[in-house]
Amino acid sequence: MPTISRDEVAHLARLARLAVTEQELDKFAGQLDIILQSVAQVTEVAADDVPPTSHAVPLTNVFRDDVVRPGLTQQQALSGAPAAEDGRFRVPRILGEEQ
Amino acid sequence: MTAAAELMDYDEVISKFDPVLGLEVHVELSTATKMFCGCPVTFGGEPNTQVCPTCLGLPGALPVVNANAVASAIRIGLALNCEIAEWCRFARKNYFYPDMPKNFQTSQYDEPIAFNGWLDVELEDGTVVRVDIERAHMEEDTGKSLHVGGATGRIHGAEHSLLDYNRAGVPLIEIVTKPITGTGARAPEVARAYVTALRDLLRALDVSDVRMDQGSLRCDANVSLMAKDASEFGTRTETKNVNSLRSVERAVRFEMTRQAAVLQAGGRIVQETRHFDESTGSTSSGRAKETSEDYRYFPEPDLVPIAPSREWVEELRQTLPEMPSVRRKRIQAEWNLTDLELRDLLNVGAVDLIAATVDAGASPGEARAWWVSQLAQEANSRGVELADLPITPKQVAEVIKMVASGQLTNKLARSAVEGVLAGEGEPAEVVEKRNLKVVSDESALTAAVDEALAAQPDVLEKIRSGKVAAAGAIVGAVMKATKGQADAKRVRELILERANA
Repeated sequence: MPTISRDEVAHLARLARLAVTEQELDKFAGQLDIILQSVAQVTEVAADDVPPTSHAVPLTNVFRDDVVRPGLTQQQALSGAPAAEDGRFRVPRILGEEQ
Repeated sequence: MTAAAELMDYDEVISKFDPVLGLEVHVELSTATKMFCGCPVTFGGEPNTQVCPTCLGLPGALPVVNANAVASAIRIGLALNCEIAEWCRFARKNYFYPDMPKNFQTSQYDEPIAFNGWLDVELEDGTVVRVDIERAHMEEDTGKSLHVGGATGRIHGAEHSLLDYNRAGVPLIEIVTKPITGTGARAPEVARAYVTALRDLLRALDVSDVRMDQGSLRCDANVSLMAKDASEFGTRTETKNVNSLRSVERAVRFEMTRQAAVLQAGGRIVQETRHFDESTGSTSSGRAKETSEDYRYFPEPDLVPIAPSREWVEELRQTLPEMPSVRRKRIQAEWNLTDLELRDLLNVGAVDLIAATVDAGASPGEARAWWVSQLAQEANSRGVELADLPITPKQVAEVIKMVASGQLTNKLARSAVEGVLAGEGEPAEVVEKRNLKVVSDESALTAAVDEALAAQPDVLEKIRSGKVAAAGAIVGAVMKATKGQADAKRVRELILERANA
C-alpha cells in the first residue's frame, strides 16, 4: 500500500513550482514512497522517551544583541536583480492575492 | 465587477444567527533591528536601504534571533496572561510570493512562544467581556509591493510590481484569539473594543508604536454565523488588513449582514479571505483559503530552539507596567472623575496623554483642560488622533508651568502651543521667537495704566466713586496697549491702586 499517491506528488510539485512530467510523477511517487517508509521505520524504533529531533546540535537560545549592523546599499541590494525601477526590485505581474 | 452583495437587516441577523469571531492581530515590534538580522527597522526609509543578505534571502546568509524581540514576545505573552513555552522552535512557512524573497516566511507553527491567555475588554457601557487568547507567536514581516500600471494602483490590472524589502524581516508578533462567542448584537463592538484594549496594552508595554495607519498594528477579522439552533460553528471568512479601529467594527458588521443574506437564501459561505474597502465599508472576495498543509511547515533548520529559562520569564514579568485597565481606575480616583468624564477622555484618547503631562509636572486639572479643549479641537480639524499631534505631553506641561509661574497668560500660552504645533520648536523657543513674554515690568505697566486712565477721565471718576466694575474698560485699553502681553489680574490691581492714589 503506497503512502503517497500520484495526485499528492502532483500537488506537491505544483506547490514547489516544479514542472514534473507524467512519467516523472510515477517515478517520484515510487521514490518518495520508499523514503516515507524508511522514515516510518525510524518512528517504530523511537520510543516515547525520545523527543522528535530537528537539530543535531544540543544548543538553545542562540541570540544576537539588538544592535544595528551595516547592511547593503540600495545599489548593492539591486545589483543581482534581473530588473529594477525607482530603487525597487521589479517583478512581473503578480497573479493571485497577497498572502 | 461583481454585483453589490445582498445584505440582511442587522436586527434580523441577530434574531436568526449567533456570530462567532476570531481576531488575528499582527504587531510590528519597535526593536532597533529586524528579527533575524541587524538591519534597522525605522519606518519611511528610501527603498531597499535597510536590507542585507539575510533579509534578502541571498544564498549562504544565516539568520540569528534578536534577543530583544524574544523578550518583547514574552512580555506580550505575560501581559495577556499566557503560559510561556519552556521550549519552542521557529518553523518555515513555504509559499511563493514576491514580498518574501526567501520563498518562505520564518514563523512559528505548533510551538508558539506564548499560549492560553486572556484579555478583559471593557465596552463603552462598562460591560466587561473576557476574550480568550489562543496564542502569540513570533514571525517576520514581509516586504512592500507597489503595483504599477493598474488604474487604481491595486494588484488587479497592474502591469508589473515593484518591491521594497526594508520591511522584510521586521519582528512581528501575531496574537490570535480563541473563538469569541455569545456576544450577539454586540459582536462588532466587542471586536473593536478588543483591538483597542490590545493596542493600549501594547502601548503601555512600549513594545510597538501601534500605528494602525502606518501598518504597525494590523487586524484580520474572522467572522462566521451559526443558526440559533446549531451546535457547530459555521464556515468563516477572513477579512484582511482592516486598518482602523472603526473599520474593525464596520467590517465585522458588514460580514454578519452579508453572510446572513447568503445563508438565508439557501447559499453556503465560501471559506476565503476578503478585502475590506474603507470607502464603501464593504468586503469583497479575495482568494480561496489554502489549507495549512499547503504551507508545508517544518522546523527551521538554521535556528536552534528557544528555551526561555523560568528565571528570565520571571525577570521579564517584573518589567510589566501597570495594566491600562488598572491604571484607568487609579487615575479616575486620583483625578476625581465621574464615569462619564473618564469615558469622554478615553474616547478622545486623552487619558495617557494627560497622565504623561501630569507626570511631567502639570496639575491634573490644567493638563485635562489643555488636551480636551484646544488640542482636541486641533486634532479634530487636522483629522488625526490626539496622540499624533506634533506636541508632546512634556511640552504641554512646560507651557502649563509657564502660566503657573506668571510668565505667560492663558492667551499667550495658546499662542505658544500653536507655535509648537506649527513646528517652531520647544515652548521656550516659541515664546522667545513670538515674543510672548508677559510684560512684568511694573513701571511700564504703571505707565500704561496711567495713560489709559488719563485718556478716559469719566471712567476714572466712576472708579473713584466706588464703581469698581468700570475698571474693565481700562483693563481692556491696557491689554490693547501691551498687545495682550500683560497679566490682566495685575493690571486690574494697578488700576485700582492708581485711581485711588
